[in-house]
This record gives sequence, C-alpha cells and structure tokens, in this order.
Amino acid sequence: MKKTLAFLTPALALAAVLAAPLSAQAHRAWLAPTSTVLSGNDAWVGFDAGMSNGVFIPDHAAMRLAGLTITAPDGSTAQAENVHQAKYRSSFDLHLSQPGTYRVANVGSGFMASYKQGGEQKRWRGAEADFPGALPADATDVEAVRTDSRTETFVTLGEPTDLTPTGKGLELAPVTHPNDLAAGEAATFKLLKDGQPAAGVDVTIARGGTRYRNNPEEITVKTGADGAFSVTWPEAGLYWLGASVRTAGVNGQPGSNASWNGALEVLP
Amino acid sequence: MRKLPLVLTAAGLAAAAPAVATAADLTVSVELPRIASASYHRPYVAVWIEKPDQSTAQTLAVWYQQTRNNEGDGKDWLKDLRTWWRKGGRAMTMPADGVSGPTKAPGRHSVTVPGARLRNLPAGQYNIVVEAARELGGREVVRVPFRWGAANTGAGTGATELGAVRVAVTR
Repeated sequence: MKKTLAFLTPALALAAVLAAPLSAQAHRAWLAPTSTVLSGNDAWVGFDAGMSNGVFIPDHAAMRLAGLTITAPDGSTAQAENVHQAKYRSSFDLHLSQPGTYRVANVGSGFMASYKQGGEQKRWRGAEADFPGALPADATDVEAVRTDSRTETFVTLGEPTDLTPTGKGLELAPVTHPNDLAAGEAATFKLLKDGQPAAGVDVTIARGGTRYRNNPEEITVKTGADGAFSVTWPEAGLYWLGASVRTAGVNGQPGSNASWNGALEVLP
Repeated sequence: MRKLPLVLTAAGLAAAAPAVATAADLTVSVELPRIASASYHRPYVAVWIEKPDQSTAQTLAVWYQQTRNNEGDGKDWLKDLRTWWRKGGRAMTMPADGVSGPTKAPGRHSVTVPGARLRNLPAGQYNIVVEAARELGGREVVRVPFRWGAANTGAGTGATELGAVRVAVTR
C-alpha cells in the first residue's frame, strides 16, 4: 500500500488519504422514516439510521446520531424520543405535535489535514481553530479539508410547509415539496452548497428494496447551472438520494468535502 | 343616490349570470361492494369534483371513522385516501359541515349536493372522483366525467373496492 502511494502524485495521495476515513461512507448513509405523510391531530414516526451498501438495509453499521437535528414546522427544535443504537442501525421516534413539515437530519462537520513528516504520510483530525498549530513543526506537504455531511429526511403532518435552507454544507432546497411525491410524476429540487446553487453535481437516486430484485435500478442526474435537478419517479417506494461535492484547497486554504444523503418517499 | 344600489344589484346579477347551474343539483351514487373478508372494515371514502387539470374544485363527501378508539383517532387514517389527501384533503379541517360523515356499510349510497353549494363552480367539463381505502384492504379510485351547466349523467365502475359510480346533474 505504501509503495503504491509513493507512485501517486501528492494530489492523488491526498485524495486517497482523505477517502480513507470516509471509507465507511463508501457505504451509503441513510435515515429512513416509517412514514412521511400523516393526518390527524398528532402522529408518531419512527426512524432507522445506518450505513450500508444496500440502501435502507441495515447490515453494516449503525449511524451515530451525535448530530441529530430535528426542526419543527415553526422553526423550533424538536426532540427525538426512544433513541437507541443497535448493531446495524440506530433508531428513534418523533412525536409530531404541530401541523406542517419536520426536517429530520443528522449533521456532521469536521476538519482534517494530511501532511508528510520525514517522508511519511500522516493525517490529523481536529478543530479548524487548532490548525495548523497542532501539526508538527516539520510537517510538509500540508493539505487540509473541511468536511460537512448531512443525512436527512422530511415528514409532514397535515399540509406541507416551506423549508428554509440552512446555508451550510450541501443540502436539498425543495422546488417540489419532498412530502408531495407521487409515482409517475416529475419532481424538481435544488442542490445548494453553503447556500449557493451546486451546479454540475451528480445526484444518485436509488429506490429501496434492492434485496428483492436483481436490477439496482439506479438513476443518476446532474444538477444544472441553478443547482436544480429533476426526476420522474418510475414507481412508488422509499428512495435514497446522494450527492457530494469536493473542492480542492488553493493557496494553503483548506479544501472542502460536502455530502448530502436524503430519503424521500414516493406514494402510489 | 337611490339608483346606485339598483345599479350594483344589476352588476351583481350580471356577475352571477354564468352560474346558471345554481338551479341544478348534483347527485353521485356510490356502490360499496360486499367484500368477503374475515377482517372486514368499512372503507374510508372521499368524493370530490376534479378540474380537467386534476386539481380539486370541491370536496363533496368524506366518510371516515368519526371517533377515537384504542387504535387512535379516525382522522389518523384520512391520509390513506392518498389521492384525495394530496389533492386537497390535507388542506381541509375535519369534520367539515355537510361534507364529512361516518363510514358506510356495503350497498348503494347517494350524495346529493344542492346547486346552492356549487354556485361558485363555473360551467364546464369535470370529473367526479370517488376514492375508497379500506383497513387491511386495498385502495381504488374511480373517475366519472360529467358536465356542469346542463342536465346530464355519467357512469363508471370500480373493480375491487368500489362498485358502480353514477353521476347525475338534474334540472
């Protein structure tokens, strides 16, 4: 492995090194609701969260929910209940007590750097504020990257309400409401990076239930100049969507690595 | 000055003129088939008028469990009338006067809507949509085209959760 790295250009080596801690994310991260469209005075929704190859199939690793952030329709923060981490999945409940759309997201951010010390490739993770002071004085070939990840889904009690972008990391901005999706119909969303349109980004769209069919039936679409992408849902189901944007650092400034994963339910 | 109210009244009549159909009534007859099932529950049913663009003009009837039982409140399952819920049900408050009622037993049921309740409906081509969703059962939607503005009838039929659906604009 070291020999192989020696042949790589520094940029490729960095990519390889940065990919390493994310190798768990070669597995897809997902946050799956038990239902998304609800009626009544109040309702309960359960969620499972994990990382795995087959989307929504808990067979690899539970998701740590340290960054779980639930935003209620009125903008307040709602609390998850019955939080539990099992071997392959984490789960929790949400009591929907007000009408409108809840955004349920597990959000993470971090900072890491790769560098060489005495010809050996090394890696450091920590707070951006400690960079570059925390690195050894003789570190060379320093390259740093900010990471932002957002794994989210949406659930609505009663009538859907507007969602306000957070402006941080990669995220989905609805054009079509994410809880207003029907098989055979087209839906449009915008991908935003730090609040700005993320153009030319590949979005992978995969319907759950791959264990019970042979064709993964994945769809890949590219965002336009305005960050928008459209998909016509081939059939009902729970769909996983994923996108990531990597920006190389320039002039000693950190690069950025932002990913977004969503679960959207399409009803018949 | 005294003439002004008269002028206004005339204008009001002119504005109301296209709605000649106010004299007409709309009747929808819905057949709920008898379904042999060890765990039969009466279906939730919604009846509404759909515009040509498939948006909802007006909900005419919603039959759902009016009470709370140990499984929850009847309104918890209104979303299972998926098409109606998405096309307008979710924007309504239930119960709704003259619209909502309890679930019905298998058999033929009529919904008669007096023209006065449809006075804001412009004359033209529409669909009556009937959707039924049953606990531990299926869901079915039947559309029947009809014309508002003159006497006419239409008919359609379901295959699983609904039987014959008949629409009549009278007078």
